Amino acid sequence: MESRLLRTDRPVGIIGYGAYIPRYRLPAAEVARIWTGGEGETPVTEKAVAGPDEDVVTISIEAARNALARAPHVDPALIRAVWVGSESHPYAVKPTSTILAEAIGATPYVQAGDWEFACKAGTEALQAAIGFVGSGMGRYALAVGADTAQGRPGDALEYTAASGGAAYIVGPAEEALAVVEGSLSYVTDTPDFWRRAYQRYPSHGGRFTGEPAYFKHITEAARALMEALGTSSADYDYAVFHQPNVKFPQTVARQLGFKPEQIGAGLLADRIGNTYAGSALVGLTAVLDQARPGQRILLVSFGSGAGSDALSLRTTEALLERQGRAPTTGDYVARRTVIDYGLYVRFRGKLLV
Amino acid sequence: MSLPSKNWRLRNQRYRLVGEICEKCGTPIFPPRDVCPECEAPAQTPYVFSGRGEVYSYSTVYHPPAGFEKYAPYTVALVRLEEGPMVTAQLTDVAPEEVHIGMPVEMVTRQLQEEGEEGVIAYGYKFRPRMG
Repeated sequence: MESRLLRTDRPVGIIGYGAYIPRYRLPAAEVARIWTGGEGETPVTEKAVAGPDEDVVTISIEAARNALARAPHVDPALIRAVWVGSESHPYAVKPTSTILAEAIGATPYVQAGDWEFACKAGTEALQAAIGFVGSGMGRYALAVGADTAQGRPGDALEYTAASGGAAYIVGPAEEALAVVEGSLSYVTDTPDFWRRAYQRYPSHGGRFTGEPAYFKHITEAARALMEALGTSSADYDYAVFHQPNVKFPQTVARQLGFKPEQIGAGLLADRIGNTYAGSALVGLTAVLDQARPGQRILLVSFGSGAGSDALSLRTTEALLERQGRAPTTGDYVARRTVIDYGLYVRFRGKLLV
Repeated sequence: MSLPSKNWRLRNQRYRLVGEICEKCGTPIFPPRDVCPECEAPAQTPYVFSGRGEVYSYSTVYHPPAGFEKYAPYTVALVRLEEGPMVTAQLTDVAPEEVHIGMPVEMVTRQLQEEGEEGVIAYGYKFRPRMG
């Protein structure tokens, strides 16, 4: 049988990584206060909210600068691809990636493009970057997943739709802080969540949300990858799953045989919400902040529509020296200013005057 | 000059603080002006500033000019860069009452201005309280 693995011609890895999470937090209790009289459980404690001068461009720029700070030997002019995955690109037509490439000094001899696949647009860009470097088209590529996610006022998603992102510089394995052991993608046409052109807010297909979408795609992708690599859940020190809330990643981890201690480091949804295209990728930055050399990490994203990318990584000795070269994900999570629903409405442009 | 033209022309200095350095006397120059303000020698060698500095003085804007309503109230500061030059810029991620003279700050690239719902978004440097 032809392998389901996505193979590269040469070994590749992550050279630098960086996260960015905005300063503002909207407590879920605030959303409940406005819409449910404060009754009922909330899916997270609070979520990160972009300030009025932030968007996917500015989030991507800071995450990418942190990734470059952790790859001090990489001349930005040698990055041959800059790819940003998001469902909140500030422009419908005009790439986020060209602004990012200019801001980090990667222009003009660079491939640039924006990726779209709901919450897995970021890992889609990462997969493509792995292929781009793995084929030898360029020595380095930058992949970003970032969002300032839209939640309709009063909708269940308003508790969790958050802002944040992460950036990864992909390059040759011999320079990597984490080597890619293998990856694959699992995709079907599933109508669980969408946003039509010119619509401000997404819609979701109720009963498609959990079992046939999130759980099906993540478990299939994870199992197929581990089978192809001959690994099992016990072989991983850490696992990171897309985290639209706290319960889903906890449940899918259990289904796949992972223990709570394997997912704790990368599970940030309770404190920052769901950063959509940034979600699993920000979880991975938190894991890389504390991992030691020689450890194995499983990363599985999920994007509505629907699909999952699964990647198996193994950290190297180079990780230790690079962890402290930029603010950690924990630094950003700890930097928080709580806002109320009124200020949230203003910051996110939900008040039309 | 229109917003798109101005921002395009200034994108290197606005996005990533690219100034110049005087090859003759070593003075870092920002914004770039092609002539050293210290020794008057031609200075056209690009120099990327670290983005670190401190607040020299500041004032808070409660009645913003057109195009800046979304960000008000905001604080505008004179920031002394650690390499020497003084720049005027908005502060961000900080409440007006938290700002003080001498506050260590660092450059971030943020939205500066929007040309309404249909126009371009201008990005450029602002400064925020230094992290870590």
